[in-house]
Amino acid sequence: MSSDDILAVRDLKVSFTARRAGRKYRVQAVDGVSLSLAEGEVLGIVGESGCGKTTLGRAIVGLVQPDGGNIAFKDDDAIAAGGAALRAMRLNVRMVFQDPYASLNPRRTIGDSVAEAGDINGIFRDRTDRSAMIASTLTAVGLDPSFATRYPYELSGGQRQRAGIARAILPTPSVVVADEPVSALDVSVQAQVLNLMMDLREQLRLSMLFISHDLGVIGQISSRVAVMYMGRIVERGATRTVLDHPLHPYTRALIAAIPKPDPSKRILGAIEASEPPSLFKRPAGCAYAARCPLASDRCLVDIPQLRSAGADDRALACHNV
Amino acid sequence: MLSVRDLTVSLGPETAPVDIVAGVSFDVAKGEILGLVGESGCGKSMTSLAVMGLLPQPGPRVRAGRVVLDGSDVTQLQPWQRVEAGHGRMAMIFQEPMTSLNPVRRIGDQIAEAVRVHDQVSGAPALARARELLELVRMPDPAMQLSAYPHQLSGGQRQRVMIAIALACRPQVLIADEPTTALDVTIQIQILGLLRELCGRLDMAILFITHDMGVIAQLADRVAVMYAGRIVETAGVDAVFGSPRHHYTRGLMDCMPVRNAGAHRLPTVSGQPPAPGTIRAGCVFAPRCAAAREECRATDPPRIAVSQGHQVLCAFPLNGGGPA
Repeated sequence: MSSDDILAVRDLKVSFTARRAGRKYRVQAVDGVSLSLAEGEVLGIVGESGCGKTTLGRAIVGLVQPDGGNIAFKDDDAIAAGGAALRAMRLNVRMVFQDPYASLNPRRTIGDSVAEAGDINGIFRDRTDRSAMIASTLTAVGLDPSFATRYPYELSGGQRQRAGIARAILPTPSVVVADEPVSALDVSVQAQVLNLMMDLREQLRLSMLFISHDLGVIGQISSRVAVMYMGRIVERGATRTVLDHPLHPYTRALIAAIPKPDPSKRILGAIEASEPPSLFKRPAGCAYAARCPLASDRCLVDIPQLRSAGADDRALACHNV
Repeated sequence: MLSVRDLTVSLGPETAPVDIVAGVSFDVAKGEILGLVGESGCGKSMTSLAVMGLLPQPGPRVRAGRVVLDGSDVTQLQPWQRVEAGHGRMAMIFQEPMTSLNPVRRIGDQIAEAVRVHDQVSGAPALARARELLELVRMPDPAMQLSAYPHQLSGGQRQRVMIAIALACRPQVLIADEPTTALDVTIQIQILGLLRELCGRLDMAILFITHDMGVIAQLADRVAVMYAGRIVETAGVDAVFGSPRHHYTRGLMDCMPVRNAGAHRLPTVSGQPPAPGTIRAGCVFAPRCAAAREECRATDPPRIAVSQGHQVLCAFPLNGGGPA
């Protein structure tokens, strides 16, 4: 890891056992992902359902156990070290979840949920200090301090997501892993929450891993982006470069499929029917080969490795580009 | 083909009704796709359920207005009464196909069930028609898939099955309520393409409901923008995107991330939509509208025709310049 990286993930592997029709299957959700996050940077992780982006985020904050690779926070291999190092990492690497209703305890007040990490780690001097910290954190996310005594059902979706963000920044962490934080919100509310996250990143000097299926949102908030398909990173680079000049055939298809809000650029009818392979029957070679217009014989047997493809950390996993 | 006039759907007691859909009017012609767009809670799904005669009972009811299908008033008819009266050629597909399909029945049987109701055939002819319908929705390997269960299909394939079931009644009108919202974008674009193709091939009128302006731009011929139970703007798709006249329509477009690539901050529409029951006199959008004046808060806005086929519910519409 380079000196200004705050988080480095090396060859991370996470798998689950699933049972289908009486048989056990091993699902490799994350299959050898490496990435680094520089201090103050927002790295976008984009991909479709089942590509492993959420599992990657959950493994980084320690919610699922990886079965290979390592996660280094500020030069420490925290997961392997365990104990105090792991606890420190967990307080410094926090998560914002997709569904703010499912991720807030319905029977606890917003204030108690926001203060939970602080309570567990004993950071509050006394009750007055605790209340003051909750109030200032709620204010920072644009909620009135009186929300501390309310329950999740009393809040709108946008307010709940603000509460979810407040919980992730008390006490102030170094890294926030945000898993689809705006995809459950209406577009007008989504813009408000995205603006809030950009403001907080600046004020609190946060580094952020921003996971989303929405390239529009990723383009807005992240400076670098990694595109995932079937558990692997297939392309990586500066966000504008990747969005404007995608190299991997999958990235190209993904960008082409975004419904552009411009009726003069209709693309219906130009897209062939094709779907990703089953997670239970992973192809031997490149997972995208069956859908890929460039696929050759080699793609069917040989998994392309992520290799450097230019300046600004541009990288690509494809035999034929 | 489908004509909706002053449709008002209400909750609560007769004496103090709360209107969740208030005076909605629109038409959809054969071979045309009307996009009904709006955010959560604006009443777009209630509108579609009222048009289908599927409002949950007990619950919201049609308090006023008419739904006219191919010249016949079907407003107060339950779906089975519509079928008996010969006005059954209207179908609907939903957001989450998994919750609409029976998980323990083969999809061939589920499609054949709809065929039996509408074609009065059963057994082998019904299954043969089911297979035809699967071919029509471009299901890969249709003969095999007849014997599949819903869990064996992907999300996109399940939505194709739902469309096949909907087509069993040879619909004149198809209502699609967020049919691609749960799908990945590379699958969504395939389903949108299929609906566009079927609309032309079967000469159907499609009412397509979504919150996604991008999907509207790709698919719709005309657009109705809904806010707090009212249609605030109706126009052809080019006019809505090229020169939106309602401040809400403009706000919706301005805050889309794809329109602001690289911008440091997104423009936002401040505040939130009003809760039903809290709506008072004046324009429903006035509390969030940057251009609102005193009279917007005092009196209901007029519906103005700004050009042929372009109507806006606003006393002071935008002048029609393109979006920034």
